[in-house]
Parts: sequence; C-alpha cells; structure tokens
Amino acid sequence: MTENIVEVVSIIAAALAVGFGAIGPALGEGRAVAAAMDAIARQPEAAGTLSRTLFVGLAMIETMAIYTLVIALLVLFANPFV
Amino acid sequence: MDNPLTVDTLFHLGPVPITTPVAVTWALMIGLTLFAWLSTRRLALVPGTLQTVLELFVTTVDGQVHDTMQRDPAPFRALIGTIFLFVLVANWTAVLPGVEPPTAHIETDAALAMIVFVATIAYGISGRGWRGYLATFAEPSWVMIPLNLVEQITRTFSLVVRLFGNVMSGVFVVGIVLSLAGLFLPIPLMALDLLTGAVQAYIFAVLATVFIGAAAGETPVAAKPDKEDTSP
Repeated sequence: MTENIVEVVSIIAAALAVGFGAIGPALGEGRAVAAAMDAIARQPEAAGTLSRTLFVGLAMIETMAIYTLVIALLVLFANPFV
Repeated sequence: MDNPLTVDTLFHLGPVPITTPVAVTWALMIGLTLFAWLSTRRLALVPGTLQTVLELFVTTVDGQVHDTMQRDPAPFRALIGTIFLFVLVANWTAVLPGVEPPTAHIETDAALAMIVFVATIAYGISGRGWRGYLATFAEPSWVMIPLNLVEQITRTFSLVVRLFGNVMSGVFVVGIVLSLAGLFLPIPLMALDLLTGAVQAYIFAVLATVFIGAAAGETPVAAKPDKEDTSP
C-alpha cells in the first residue's frame, strides 16, 4: 500500500512539475519571439543576426522547461523511494 | 514505454559491455570519417558538386564562428565543425527505423559536453597563458571567484541536459503517439524532430563557440595548427 501511494504521488508530482514548470519558459519565449519579430519588422536587414541570437536565447530559456522535464523523468523512472 | 534513463547492452567486447548508443556512435564516427576521407581525397581547384557542398559548409561554419567570436576562425574550425556535424547526424538518426539517436541518452551528451569543457580550458590556456586564464576567474573582482567556478560546472551541465532533454523528449513523444495511435500519425512529429535536431545541433555548436571564445579572450591569437581530428 505504501509503495502504491509513493507511485501515485510520484506521477502527480511529475505532472505538476511539467505543468507548472512550462508556464514560465512559455511566457518568456513568447516575449522573446515578440521582441525579435518587432525588431525584424523595424529592421529587416538585421534578420540574420537577430534570428541567430533569438535561437540561442530561446534555447537558453527552453532549458528551464527541459530541467523540469528531466526532474519529472527522474521522479517517474529513477525514483529513489520506489 | 522504455525507461529513457537506462541503456540496453548490445554485446560484450571482452569484459566491457557495449551499449546500443555506443555502437551507433561508432557507426556514425566511421561513416563521417570515411565520408570526409573519400570526399577530400581528390580536391580540385574547380570543385565538383560534392566539393562545392563541403566548401559551402566550411564557409558557413567559418562565418558563424567569426560572427560569434570576432576573430580568425581557423583554430576553431575543426572542433566546432566536427561537433556540429556529429550532433546533427546523431540527432537525425532518429528517422532511421530501429535506430535510436545516441544523443537521446545522457551519456553521449555528457561526453560531448566534456569535450567542450576541456576544449574551453585548453583554448583559454593557449590563448591567454596559465596566469591570464586563471585571472579571468577573478574578472570583475575576486568576490566572483566562487560564482565563476560554479558557472563552469553549471553551463556544462546545462549543455548536457539541454541536448538530452530535447532529443530524448522527441523520441519519447514519437514512441507514445505510436503506441496510442498507430502507424502514420507520428510522421509530422518526426518531421518536427528533424527541425529540433538541427536547431539543437546549431545551438550546441554556437554555445561551444561562445564558451571557447570567451575563454580564449579578445586579442586574436596567432593561427596554430589544428590538433583535433579533422572532419570537414
């Protein structure tokens, strides 16, 4: 029974981690892309530099969401308490 | 659903277990090395189609490295180009049936990030000298030394986790959709995986360039012969 409770709590915790962990990066990526679109619209000749910087920045922001994903996977598949 | 954090042993080489990602990595290494050797064996002044493609690739890598570092790309071309090409091909093996990308396992990504970590230190020392490189850790003031040391670890770790998380989640999602919905539905997701794989390879290479460029310093070093294995 205790084993079962730990597993149930782990799955709920993984879902919560990914769900809430995705909010911040999603908002951040939205702002970054909006700013880049704005800049490209104002200055189309700088599109190359802007999109390169945008990609790197998006990867940086996205890493936060990936961290929560990895935590969720650790909880699901490598849980020390199961 | 397989556990993405474990690897299955393919065969044993003496007492050493050889896992599937290692075997795929070796196949990729052999393939890339053979391709590089065969395609650069007869270089002509008036290039053929293959040589034009290779020259375009090298020029693009040079341009990106130059744009990022603002210095002569020659000492970094081999390392950055090889990292980009290997990560790209490794991510794209996801489309081959029965082959899982080696970058979807955390060990391969850790090895790649360790290469970047060691290369950062090596280029830093060769660019600034021992004392100069160690002095960069106390850059704004000596208070920052612990933070700068921690940054070395965390940015390497985030390189590992970024590549692992992106590629692994792509493979994982395709597996889940395949088990739920059948044969043809994962195809758009696999196309998305190709894009993600290319972007991640680009980002891994650019971040390696940024780290190495920051370590090597602003003043251009004299061009030195490449020590790394040179794929184009």
